[in-house]
Amino acid sequence: MAIEFRTKPGIVAYLTAGDPDLNTTRDIALAAIDNGADVIELGVPFSDPLADGPVIQRASERAVARGVRLTDVLALAKELRTARPNCGLVLFSYLNPVVRMGMKAFCAAAAEAGADGVLLTDMIVEEADEYRAEMAANNLAPIFLAAPTSPDARLKAIGEASRGFVYAISRVGITGAQQTIAADAAELVGRLRRFTQLPIAVGFGISTPEHVQAVGQFADAAIIGSALVALIERSAPEEAATAVGRFIGSLRANPASPAAGTL
Amino acid sequence: MATMTIPAHDLKGRFGAYGGRYVPETLMAALEELEAAYAAADADPGFHAELDGLLRNYCGRPTPIYFAKRLSEHLGGAKIYLKREDLLHTGAHKINNALGQGLLAKRMGKQRIIAETGAGQHGVATATVCALLGLECVIYMGEEDMRRQELNVYRMRLLGAEVRGVASGSATLKDAINDAMRDWVTNVRTTYYILGSALGAHPYPTMVRNFHRVISIEARRQFLEEVGRLPDAVVACVGGGSNAIGAFYEFIPDANVRLIGVEAGGRGTALGEHAARFQRVGGGVPGVLQGTYSYVLQNDAGQVSSTHSVSAGLDYASVGPEHAMLHDSGRASYVSATDAAALAATVTLSRTEGILPALESAHAVAEAIRLAPTMGTDQILMVNLSGRGDKDMGILSRELDLQGATAKI
Repeated sequence: MAIEFRTKPGIVAYLTAGDPDLNTTRDIALAAIDNGADVIELGVPFSDPLADGPVIQRASERAVARGVRLTDVLALAKELRTARPNCGLVLFSYLNPVVRMGMKAFCAAAAEAGADGVLLTDMIVEEADEYRAEMAANNLAPIFLAAPTSPDARLKAIGEASRGFVYAISRVGITGAQQTIAADAAELVGRLRRFTQLPIAVGFGISTPEHVQAVGQFADAAIIGSALVALIERSAPEEAATAVGRFIGSLRANPASPAAGTL
Repeated sequence: MATMTIPAHDLKGRFGAYGGRYVPETLMAALEELEAAYAAADADPGFHAELDGLLRNYCGRPTPIYFAKRLSEHLGGAKIYLKREDLLHTGAHKINNALGQGLLAKRMGKQRIIAETGAGQHGVATATVCALLGLECVIYMGEEDMRRQELNVYRMRLLGAEVRGVASGSATLKDAINDAMRDWVTNVRTTYYILGSALGAHPYPTMVRNFHRVISIEARRQFLEEVGRLPDAVVACVGGGSNAIGAFYEFIPDANVRLIGVEAGGRGTALGEHAARFQRVGGGVPGVLQGTYSYVLQNDAGQVSSTHSVSAGLDYASVGPEHAMLHDSGRASYVSATDAAALAATVTLSRTEGILPALESAHAVAEAIRLAPTMGTDQILMVNLSGRGDKDMGILSRELDLQGATAKI
């Protein structure tokens, strides 16, 4: 397993695969890794991303319109694994493309591509028996989401079912950048700690060095999604990798004004 | 009469292999809260007394079964009876469910209601119930559907609801559900989502079906009392499938009653041209969309397909999971009617009976028109007339004018 957070806080970089195109996503991912991302979360574009806000939704629509498929994302994962053998690599998907390929075939293909883990947005622990068995058979980490609305009994089940890390959703809502990191996040991570020894990564709404530093006070890693996807959206394709590399590199720098990331 | 066992669903909301819960974790606490609240309400005679009272005095239940004599004679075959859900307050079966869930929301102390709508019938029913119960109401509707159903948009606004247009994707029902779910994920602590069909994550498919069971409870009793026997076939249109599951449910144990669901055949059999999930070629395959496992129209990479139907209410890429089970088990059969057949059926029913069906219901009428002549005159066919056609005047005048049909009829 290469899911490892070498510095605190660790950085997980989410990218919608195929936006603006697969080659550019590869270059962006390499730049993100080379500038300090510990884990790349490679998003499989889906026609109906109902947990996502407008930024990732648009990226997904663009990639679907280009005809990007789960098999393309697996091929891209393999390329990244070859180029950077030591980075963490997680596939992120809604269920339907995976169900269409077949859970067994998907887990085998994900392992073959060199992925370390898989995160399925709309897979809850109660429905996950077959998924967890196939993941275990392929030595892959199933990463489950925990929400501020999850009661303790669910957090316990999520902690027990997860491998690699647990994805703590910073606030009730959909993905998208926000001004501050909600107090919900610290409270959730505190509750989760009672049920798992795994690293806990916090996502949803993290977009600045101040946010990353704030998350580092109580969690192991910060997940950057919409902020990266928005940066890619407003960059020319040939400049996106450089822009993302610079942005990732800035995230662990000491913020000029710590007060900006209020908790 | 031969009987069959009613198919069981387990505690996770499974219908055979279908159903279940496939949602973002944020919604799980809300679904568990809803499941518990619904179970408590369902076990409470006081809840049922209030619901039954309003269904009777506010909505106009029981709806009649009406013998469509002229239509039957015109077709020369089975006797066609119409279950008149179109006579309900707000003009469609949707009020059964909206009222049930509205009372449940109130019981749960939720003051803010969200809903999605395709043809607008569920939106109007929800807006109506919110006005009745004094609840805040936000309706999500695809912009394409807002254009197709502008009268219903106006009705919802008049009733005090906020209608939010959805421009993403195909700007139809599926996209409205996505945005309603996004709203619910964000405001889950204060908001109740009145899902409009027997779809989505458990407990919705079971709960919505139970609120519509009244259709077949009444129909079964009415046939036995007024006609002296059960129908040979029950026909209903299937978008999400709520009116159909309501019309089918109590007949499931009656093995001699054929159950026939009619999907939107649209313009043709190619993917994207229809909403016939159970069609053999170019139809759906099992997958996960919007919280449930059922048949989904999709490409071979698992991307959900666009759909087409002249009726906004049938224009949906997936179908309620209980229908998927009834399809696989063979207990119900699923056919489709094209846009053209539904439009023709609208004209035929209007001309023979003076009843203007909703375009959704016209799909069921189209199948009855096809099927009745193949049956004996001693046989009985019930069509669930799920809604009335007032809302479709704009589409009807455009489509029928295009065909030159208005001049002909």
